[in-house]
Amino acid sequence: MLLVPLALVAAGASPASAAETCFAGSAEEGCISGTIRTEVGVVPDVDVHVTGPGGFDETATSDDRGKWSVKVTELGEYTAEVVTETLPKNVGVTGNQGSVTVNITNLTQGKAVTFGIRTGDYSDTVSRSDRVIRSMFSGLRLGLLLALASIGLSLIYGTTGLSNFAHAEQVTMGGMLGFLVVNKWGVNVWIGCFLVVLICASTGYLQDRGIWQPLRRRGLGLAQMMIVTIGLSLALQYMYQYFIAADTVKIVLSDPTPHSVGPVIFNALDIASMLVSIVVISGVGYALLRTRIGRATRAVSDNPALASASGIDVDKVIRLVWTVSAALAGLSGILYSLVIQHGMKWDSGLQILLLLFAAVTLGGLGTAFGALVGSLIIGLVVELAPVFGAPGDLKYASALVILILLLMVRPQGLLGRAERVG
Amino acid sequence: MSTLSESIPTPDAAQTGETQAGVYDPNDPEGPPPERRFLIAATIFVAYFVVVLLAAKYAPGTAGNIARGMLRESISAQTAAVAIAIIGLNIHFGYTGLLNMGQAGFMMLGAYGFSISIWHGLPMVVGILMGMLAAFVFALILGVPTLKLRGDYLAIVTISAAEILRYIGRLARLEDFSGAAQGIPGSQYREPFTNLSFFGDGTWDGGGWLPELQLTGVNGWWVRFVAWLLVAVCCLLVFLLVRSPWGRLLRGIREDEDAIRSLGKNVFAIKMQALIIGGLFGALGGMLYILPASMQPDAMGRSLTFFCWTALLLGGAATVFGPVMGAVLFFALRIFIQGTSNAVVPDSVMNTSQAAQFAWICVGVTLMLLVIFRPQGILGDKRELRFNV
Repeated sequence: MLLVPLALVAAGASPASAAETCFAGSAEEGCISGTIRTEVGVVPDVDVHVTGPGGFDETATSDDRGKWSVKVTELGEYTAEVVTETLPKNVGVTGNQGSVTVNITNLTQGKAVTFGIRTGDYSDTVSRSDRVIRSMFSGLRLGLLLALASIGLSLIYGTTGLSNFAHAEQVTMGGMLGFLVVNKWGVNVWIGCFLVVLICASTGYLQDRGIWQPLRRRGLGLAQMMIVTIGLSLALQYMYQYFIAADTVKIVLSDPTPHSVGPVIFNALDIASMLVSIVVISGVGYALLRTRIGRATRAVSDNPALASASGIDVDKVIRLVWTVSAALAGLSGILYSLVIQHGMKWDSGLQILLLLFAAVTLGGLGTAFGALVGSLIIGLVVELAPVFGAPGDLKYASALVILILLLMVRPQGLLGRAERVG
Repeated sequence: MSTLSESIPTPDAAQTGETQAGVYDPNDPEGPPPERRFLIAATIFVAYFVVVLLAAKYAPGTAGNIARGMLRESISAQTAAVAIAIIGLNIHFGYTGLLNMGQAGFMMLGAYGFSISIWHGLPMVVGILMGMLAAFVFALILGVPTLKLRGDYLAIVTISAAEILRYIGRLARLEDFSGAAQGIPGSQYREPFTNLSFFGDGTWDGGGWLPELQLTGVNGWWVRFVAWLLVAVCCLLVFLLVRSPWGRLLRGIREDEDAIRSLGKNVFAIKMQALIIGGLFGALGGMLYILPASMQPDAMGRSLTFFCWTALLLGGAATVFGPVMGAVLFFALRIFIQGTSNAVVPDSVMNTSQAAQFAWICVGVTLMLLVIFRPQGILGDKRELRFNV
């Protein structure tokens, strides 16, 4: 049932392979490659001049995604240099980071080269407090996106007791469909968002109808059901890879102009995505607290048997929860691929899932408002970690460290009820 | 295998044993008795190898190629390595009911401990000990905060921690220490092991008797021999462990933790021991996994953990031979699906790399279907997998 929208992605996004990409791997041919990237985004049409042993002298040009590469056939030291004349206006290299020397010791291993390239707005002497404020802004942005997805994850856990490992794949699905609808079909971004959310909601509905409700009826244990979600996540992930291969999915709209307030640089998209997130989250919160169906949902969360005895149709509530959760995850996904710079890949779900779990557990498994608080904290921690010295990818590790520390002192999470969990 | 019926001495089971002594009803929901199960396992194994061997030797064209690929994968040292990791996972999940979603993390620590030590000039014994030590510490760190909580917490923390380890291994800053994203080439750590070989250079071609397997591994038969020997040793160890009083405690915890606690046993400590022992098997598997190949952090990501799970559930959790059988059949089936879909479906519909992805999609779906329709796998006992954590 999930195949239909995905087949559509395939129709739109044919796995495009860059014509001149080289691959390391054969014994005769090595590869030096990189991506020309500033702090704002990738830069196409920049020349890179590579010199090396045996009079090696070649120039590569970055493609639409900023990628460039050269083939090498000899071992030794190579120097790659950005041809600064080909950089766009207002973009320059920082210090001596426009020239990098790499040592090829083994042809089967490709070498990646990173240059320091910045726009003119970027000054190397940003004060620490400015960097903190900037990171807090992007942390808040990420936190809100995570919150959209994690509220759903938490509601599913609350009403069914299931940790849904495939939830992040729903987020990825939103991003992929958004790319298809907005970028490939050229649908207006607002209508596109609406369409994607609708499709994602229907996948949630069909999933509960086709998989989860029958399994609940069969009385399959929660541990077993969790393994089923893992299988689903695996299948979905490779299905995405089947259709988009190694491509990055990023919805690109015509050149949003950057604004700045104080040290914070942002564009209209950032603000729009944050506003949409806040409105939707408030809406869900209001529904949970004030409406009949919201109260029913919370009742099922508290005690399904009692809720059922007092006349609530538990299956209907759970189906609604699956539908809304999938819709929220889809919205989170499309916003993610709109505003997050590095876009989405077929396996992005993995990274997102770790953050979601950290957020949900931090807030208290099963509490929707805990998920919101947890997501904001995780978003801030992840973005602030590099400012305080965590190298590169390890910013995601910082979220986990917090999670483990919290589990030691307060296993029920920040907003969870203190009851025996084990 | 004979322990399995003793594990749950319900009056129900005893009754069935009395009334059906010697008569096996294939529709019996209680499943076959243990001796019968061993026989089934052996028959499937022998039949599988005979068919594949014959097909590999005599089948023409693509069919022969696929059969040779399956045979190559079935006897490969990496399959044996994964089998050992699955034996560890079986202790976690099958016997104790722990949801360890980070077995690849244990494998990676074993592999890193081994390869980094040797790469930096330490003797091989130290390398093995380092790998084991790393896995031991990892199990402690994961276990202390989570083993007192609901099963999900262990799952969430292990899956995250395994990924974090991979990030750390990939850190460009550590290139001189751990080889970063490109990893460590096998030639940097393999030598002390291959020097012990008494198979010469291990490139025996079967003397014209075996099908042409195009085995390209380094010192193949020596690595293969040691790997499968270790699989046998690990099976024996597990067989002895789960028959011991300690093994009965593990099953007790799986079935009813509170009951074991009320007997005055320290459930937390026993779970921790199980986590550590299973993790050590994982580390050993990781070391073997990189021996014929190279140390690549990305090869030991989340997917590898899920393959372990699928193979375990395919073979049958809470059985001694289930993990081995699951590993062999899992990898062979994957090659079969990939090869067949590549050969049958035209390239315009499914190209070669898409065929590989199609095989992985099948893995995910298989995992779902197994859990739903046959949670006991090929060999297991359905009664043993009704627990909930």
